[in-house]
Amino acid sequence: MTLTVTDLAIARGGIPVLEGLTFTLEPGQALILRGPNGAGKTTLLRTLAGLQQPLAGRIDGAEDRIAYAGHSDGLKPTLSVTENLTFWASVFGGRDIGPALEAFRLGDLADRHAGNLSAGQKRRLGLSRLLVTGRPIWMLDEPTVSLDREAVAMFAGAVRTHLAQGGSALIATHIDLGLDGTILDVGPYKAKPVLDSDFDGGFL
Amino acid sequence: MIALLKRDLVLALRAGGGFGLGLAFFLIVTVLVPFSVGPQSALLGTIAPGVLWLGALLACLLSLDRLLALDWEDGTLDLLATAPLPLESVVTIKALAHWLATGLPLVLAAPVLGVLLNLPGPGFLWMVISLALGTPALSVIGTFGAALTVGLKRGGLLLSLLVLPLYVPTLIYGAEVARRGAEGMTVATPLMMLAGISAAVIALLPFASAAVLRVNLR
Repeated sequence: MTLTVTDLAIARGGIPVLEGLTFTLEPGQALILRGPNGAGKTTLLRTLAGLQQPLAGRIDGAEDRIAYAGHSDGLKPTLSVTENLTFWASVFGGRDIGPALEAFRLGDLADRHAGNLSAGQKRRLGLSRLLVTGRPIWMLDEPTVSLDREAVAMFAGAVRTHLAQGGSALIATHIDLGLDGTILDVGPYKAKPVLDSDFDGGFL
Repeated sequence: MIALLKRDLVLALRAGGGFGLGLAFFLIVTVLVPFSVGPQSALLGTIAPGVLWLGALLACLLSLDRLLALDWEDGTLDLLATAPLPLESVVTIKALAHWLATGLPLVLAAPVLGVLLNLPGPGFLWMVISLALGTPALSVIGTFGAALTVGLKRGGLLLSLLVLPLYVPTLIYGAEVARRGAEGMTVATPLMMLAGISAAVIALLPFASAAVLRVNLR
């Protein structure tokens, strides 16, 4: 099923950042989000993931199909790698964590506490969570932060496998992942500044 | 849901999880009261139900600020909000985990501490019953407060100010059950009020907590 976004307008902190955004994300397709800092990439991903409401427009085919990975990985430092991953696997329906550990080469770290991992290792663990969710659409916000070159290749491989299995991905990133994805530059959709007459709106 | 409960309990027991913190606080408060009141066992016995209830309430309050704040800081709340679990059940499970890690130990410790305060004989049973009925309400109301203040840096003090007034009815009827029980009077009316408050709060507040959490996650 395709994710269709029609004439979407989104706001951050009550201020509109993007408007008139229309695109589709087909199964097997990767869409790379580009745009300068503060352009609204994170806000767009959070809106699509259902964490906030759009100002206007329609999002079709997103309900319960999105695996979101934001700036933080949602790891508990006092739980081991396996415990962290098993928790998310059981929240999302109890998939086997073996393939996820293997895809991000976390097997050797399986019994370590997440608090003792390096930043890159934590990120790899955070990304491996996507594999245990079993959700078809990945929404990734700067997934390669603190990853080394080898780990970036590992991640790109995981995305390729996901796409080959009929999944899709929307990735906000500034580096070239070597994926043959379509590039979506959010720059042209920048919202025009409006005089805010609805003062209370910012609080609601 | 079971996975979330299990994880929260494991986290509470691991290093820095705060299990036993409330219990230790409860212990210290009740040990300090006889020191400050002086050696008047009759007076101590009279105020024991109230002191135990107040101590339990403050001990519950102590661990509230980490109830949701830690999950907010490391991004877990965002991920839970996009997970198949409804937020209503997330906050209910969180409250249940808080009660199991904080409230239940307080209930079990109360009779032991009652001895320190010279609690009259018939009061022990009613002390335990009133705390067992009342502390779940404290956890659920506390979860609501934690949901309101999630995302605020150092929101702990504000959380206490928001939650303490909401604790008043539970405290009044809970301490009343314990006091009447200790004096050998009939406890039916305050006991039913206490049970009613707990039942209503458990049934309704998770919806409010989930709603404010959705607003705070934006």
